Amino acid sequence: MGTIQPKVEATGDELTLVHAAKAGDISAFEELVKRYDRNVFRIAQHITQNREDAEDVVQDAFLKAYQNLANFHEQSKFYTWLVRIAVNEALMRLRRRRPERMVSLDENIKTEEDSMPREIADWSPNPEQLYNQGELKEILGKTIQGLPPSFRTVFVLRDVEGLSTEETADALDLSIPAVKSRLLRARLQLRERLNKYFKNRTGGDGKQ
Amino acid sequence: MTCSDFLKELTDYLDDSMDAQTRAELEDHLQWCHNCYVVCNTTKMTIEIYRDSHLYELPDDLRTRLRTAIVSKCESHKNQASDPREQSDSPTAK
Repeated sequence: MGTIQPKVEATGDELTLVHAAKAGDISAFEELVKRYDRNVFRIAQHITQNREDAEDVVQDAFLKAYQNLANFHEQSKFYTWLVRIAVNEALMRLRRRRPERMVSLDENIKTEEDSMPREIADWSPNPEQLYNQGELKEILGKTIQGLPPSFRTVFVLRDVEGLSTEETADALDLSIPAVKSRLLRARLQLRERLNKYFKNRTGGDGKQ
Repeated sequence: MTCSDFLKELTDYLDDSMDAQTRAELEDHLQWCHNCYVVCNTTKMTIEIYRDSHLYELPDDLRTRLRTAIVSKCESHKNQASDPREQSDSPTAK
């Protein structure tokens, strides 16, 4: 069975842009915005689950990054540093919107049982083709929304945005075992919740 | 290897971050355990579906609007941070 490969692209000239931006070149910083605005928006919307908040997070995260460029010591990738800022901004907005609930990346997990597979059913060979684009997005959005913020943040950084385990740990200030544990649980919980939409119906009502 | 052992290693297996011997043991387990095969396969599909979903894409018009706002805020910050005497020599705003 094949493995999942991350989709992060190499960015050779990134440090040149960062140095120019540090020296006050706003057009160089704008290039960095163009490079990562889509990623920051996706991460923000996944965490906040709110479009307006996600728009604000994009603006605030880039502005904060610009204001603090001098504190970026280039020990990690610029993107990982930016993600750390964006995640913090997004969590802050989520807390504001849901003050009744404690929202934290350290939020802990009741037991192992919540992630144990309950339903074992094979899926259709191309499950995404069972639904039109709009229906599919609704299913995926609704499903990931049901995960605790600490799980979905790790899943989004690692599996949607393609950060490595080490980069995810660095961006979220978590240990590597903590990232792996949350990732496993997030993946298994999403799989379990998607079962009802994607399982192979052949042999049930006769429909493919 | 038990199914529970397999599940603990699933993330490292899917990410291909394990030694050859553990990998061989997991693949041996998958040969005969249909349940673990299904869980592994559907978990892999879950990741791929989300990765390819283009959920929450940034529309071009919003993207331009946000970028313009960011650049403008960065410019204000830069101007505030610089010496006010230098600003008096700079060209007036449009």
